[in-house]
Amino acid sequence: MSNSEKELWTAKLRGAWQRNLPIEKLLPDTQPAYVASWIYTFGVLTLSSLGVIIASGVVLAFEGPSWYHVSNVGHFVNSLHFWSVQFFFIFMVIHLWGKFWMAAWRGRRMATWMTGGIAFVASIATAFTGYLVQTNFDSQWISFEAKDGFNSVGVGAWFTVTNLGQMLLLHVAFLPLILGVLTILHVLLVRAKGVVPPIDAFDTEKKAKGARK
Amino acid sequence: MSSPRIQDLESQPWAGRTRRYDIIKEGTIALLVVTLLTIAASMFFGSPDEKQLTFKSWAVTAPADFYQTAAHEIAGSSESAGYGAPYNSASDGVNVGPLHLAKIFGVSHPVNSVNDFVVTPLSTQVNTPEVSAALKTWNVSDLKMQQGWASKYDDALTKANGDQAKIPAGALADFGPVPAMIGGLLTMAQSGSLDAVLLSQGNYFQFDNTKQTLFMGDGNYFNDQSTASHLQGDTWGMMNETGRYPGQAWLWLYSFWYQIPPFNNGDQHPFGANADAYIMVIMGLLSAGLVFMPFIPGIRSLPRRIPIHRLIWKQYYKQENL
Ligand code: HEM
Repeated sequence: MSNSEKELWTAKLRGAWQRNLPIEKLLPDTQPAYVASWIYTFGVLTLSSLGVIIASGVVLAFEGPSWYHVSNVGHFVNSLHFWSVQFFFIFMVIHLWGKFWMAAWRGRRMATWMTGGIAFVASIATAFTGYLVQTNFDSQWISFEAKDGFNSVGVGAWFTVTNLGQMLLLHVAFLPLILGVLTILHVLLVRAKGVVPPIDAFDTEKKAKGARK
Repeated sequence: MSSPRIQDLESQPWAGRTRRYDIIKEGTIALLVVTLLTIAASMFFGSPDEKQLTFKSWAVTAPADFYQTAAHEIAGSSESAGYGAPYNSASDGVNVGPLHLAKIFGVSHPVNSVNDFVVTPLSTQVNTPEVSAALKTWNVSDLKMQQGWASKYDDALTKANGDQAKIPAGALADFGPVPAMIGGLLTMAQSGSLDAVLLSQGNYFQFDNTKQTLFMGDGNYFNDQSTASHLQGDTWGMMNETGRYPGQAWLWLYSFWYQIPPFNNGDQHPFGANADAYIMVIMGLLSAGLVFMPFIPGIRSLPRRIPIHRLIWKQYYKQENL
């Protein structure tokens, strides 16, 4: 590579990408031997639930927010959306606790934990706006109650839970976009950094040398 | 936190033993499992959809409650009329110590309970001669007169437990056009037109339900339904759903604070009375704590102290004799 080429932003980005996340890391065919526990399946289960949430949500969006009140098929698709969200949260919370007890932020993996943590908060916001756009008694009541919380800290001026139009847009556009970007970043970070080694895997000089060969 | 040397070792590509692993196959199987689980749950349990309440259903099933709430609105004694920011400046709202975050952005969503809930909706209708005349009298009178009539009627009605029949006929002159106006509003609500008028506010397109929600929340009808569905905040309502369905269970920690002293006592100062604001701040801090967990001394070393990782990586520790 010539010097002028090295100065290209594009070349720099490509270089960084190839160094940090070559395709062999993105789609590996081996894993360290310690990746052998059922706890590792909860990340991909969370991701799969998010897939089902998005797929059922897209169908609901195409038919419009009132469809599920009047159509049996609509109500079934609403149920798919409802239950995939419940599973998503169950899997995510198990995943979170698992990663906590593994102290999976070790070895400069803080960004992985932090994108996960922000994704957790973003998921709560997305689900909350979802409960607000049910357009039934539950959503009436939640908007009435929740307005006090947001108003109490001034956020109500910008985030108006009693404004169905605003909540619908945030729920189907802005928040899923944020959550999607966070999830992609999170998973790419996991692939780029490799799965965190067990606690104390490097507790002695000898062990460390052994592991590095 | 471990020493920088260990951090370095832990961040390097693993050079120890490996095993074959098909990431795409695992992903496909997981997607299939979750899809089937979701379909099964949807078939067996369905999902909740309790019908929404309307002003019509309110005025028809609980006319006395609607009538009395309307009296509170026109007299400015309802909860929403005294709310403060972001709807009006009737009060300071809640605070966190010296911070009045509630009114930091001022009245961003103005709601005038007298005009928005009573006078303007009535003006959109072709009214009976009695209601028309009452509305005309109201509109040509000054604020002091209007407030005098409305407050007197509101008080009299409260004293009579919401029963118009128990108000002495001799007192009627004190109330001016107010009883006729509220009667007109009740008829309007019973016909269903109040729902449409409150939402449209003179527009064609409309997305904002703030005014309806505030008005309906001022009465007992809405509150009673929510109590019956165990949705009140003091009974973990934030995380419940109607029927026997799971709600937002992940809000348990947020709901939790509302169940314990001092936050469950609205009369306690400064915390109970300002619970909404304090709990928001607490949850904001806790959320930040979750995100920044790897940097919090003490907490970040818990996983090392409480050896659950021994179970997770049991096989590895055994093979490596660690
Ligand atoms: C949108 C929600 C989430 C999705 C889709 C997701 C997905 C994943 C996946 C697929 C993995 C790799 C497989 C595994 O180790 O399980 C992973 C790893 C990880 N996740 Fe998440 N996750 C989410 C939320 C979270 C949350 C809330 C946290 C914690 C605050 C978190 C922390 C981590 C960490 C630290 C790793 C790296 C583990 C390692 O290096 O071994 N994730 N995540």
